[in-house]
Amino acid sequence: MTATVVLPAVLRQSAGGLGRIPVEAGSVAEALDQLGREWPLLERRLRDERGRIRQHVRLYLEGVDISDLAGMSTPLPEGSRLHIIPAVSGGSR
Amino acid sequence: MSEVVLLIGTRKGVVVARSDGARSDWRLRPLQLMMSEVYGVGIDSRGDRPRLFAGATSEHWGPSVLHSDDLGESWAEQDTAPIAFPEDTETALIRVWQIQPGSEAEPGVVYAGVEPHALFRSQDGGITFELVRGLFEHPHRADWAPGNGGACLHTVLPHPSDPKRMLVALSAGGVYRTRDAGQSWEAANRGIQSYWMPEEQRFPEFGQCVHKLSQHPARPETVLAQNHFGVYRSDDYGGSWRAIESGLPSTFGFPVLVHPHDPDTAFVFPLQADSERMPPERACRIYRTRDGGQSWQPLGNGLPASGYHSAVLRDGMCTDFGDPAGVYFGTRNGEVFATRDDGESWELVAEHLPDVLSLRAAVLA
Repeated sequence: MTATVVLPAVLRQSAGGLGRIPVEAGSVAEALDQLGREWPLLERRLRDERGRIRQHVRLYLEGVDISDLAGMSTPLPEGSRLHIIPAVSGGSR
Repeated sequence: MSEVVLLIGTRKGVVVARSDGARSDWRLRPLQLMMSEVYGVGIDSRGDRPRLFAGATSEHWGPSVLHSDDLGESWAEQDTAPIAFPEDTETALIRVWQIQPGSEAEPGVVYAGVEPHALFRSQDGGITFELVRGLFEHPHRADWAPGNGGACLHTVLPHPSDPKRMLVALSAGGVYRTRDAGQSWEAANRGIQSYWMPEEQRFPEFGQCVHKLSQHPARPETVLAQNHFGVYRSDDYGGSWRAIESGLPSTFGFPVLVHPHDPDTAFVFPLQADSERMPPERACRIYRTRDGGQSWQPLGNGLPASGYHSAVLRDGMCTDFGDPAGVYFGTRNGEVFATRDDGESWELVAEHLPDVLSLRAAVLA
């Protein structure tokens, strides 16, 4: 399925300046795997080497947090948008 | 001596400071790698041009190692992770604590100490690193515990002339040494205490919360250790340790630094206790020994004399190895102080920075 990964401004430099990246993927995990092949610097900003999404990163599929769906196995419908959102958290720094 | 570069890792980025050879006129670049915690910095002066390193961790985007070949004008990192645990380890990098170039006998080799406890080695000048499995697979590893700041391998001391030998220190695992280039390691903690243990278990084989090691380049068999309570000296490359605390107001602290030209001179920054991490008498003071630890003297000329509550972290003290040597320390208050006379007097190099986490300095040819 063709979907679009939408990046926040802070991550666009890690993807050659792109703000939207088309992916051919059946799931969120497959989309990130594709990012890992095409934009490895971006992909490692999002998840660690065990494939776990970083603590302060959130992924939203059509406005719904994937943790409320099927997590990394969440299917990507044709034409859907997967937003990468830095969590509004922290504050000890 | 033409110029000195001072690399300052802070809780919110890295600052590059440069001065004339007299170390009297410091110019600081603006903060870079914004909002990254820079627990480890390194300067590799072995090549034609010095390479600067920053072990930077973003709370959002994770850890990485960046390098600069233009004295901080710009920073670069690999697209693929410079440091990553292999898949079979089922482990993920949390933070880079130490970046240490190898000796002159190992051109192109750079070491990194990380959290969770592990050592990585680069053979391409610090661009990419591989896990040193000999230490990662040590049978003690399962029993290494995190210190208050994390489960870190915070000190890497390559032997200055024998590339097969090295010391590392872990919190809380203790000191380990290798004689075969990292293929095998042995604990080297005999004489160092773990004060929190029952009395009969207070000197275990490993598990001590050693905070920092320092050695003299011309006498590498002599090593000093600042422990979680206790300042120690070894004269047999870690085979045994003895306390050298006479004259110190407290034996708790984080950094220790051996003078680059006098193996019997060293510096520490005592804190009152682990439950009171502030300087004794609330005075900012470095303590120096001139006799190998038999006695220590307070040094405070030019430092805040009262009402001082900040601390110096384990990698917050360094020398530029110049002649005469510059010695520097950075505080959690965001100050950096320097001495040109072995601590007799100190000058403020920088202030109002974020917490200083790491310091390295070098004289530029």
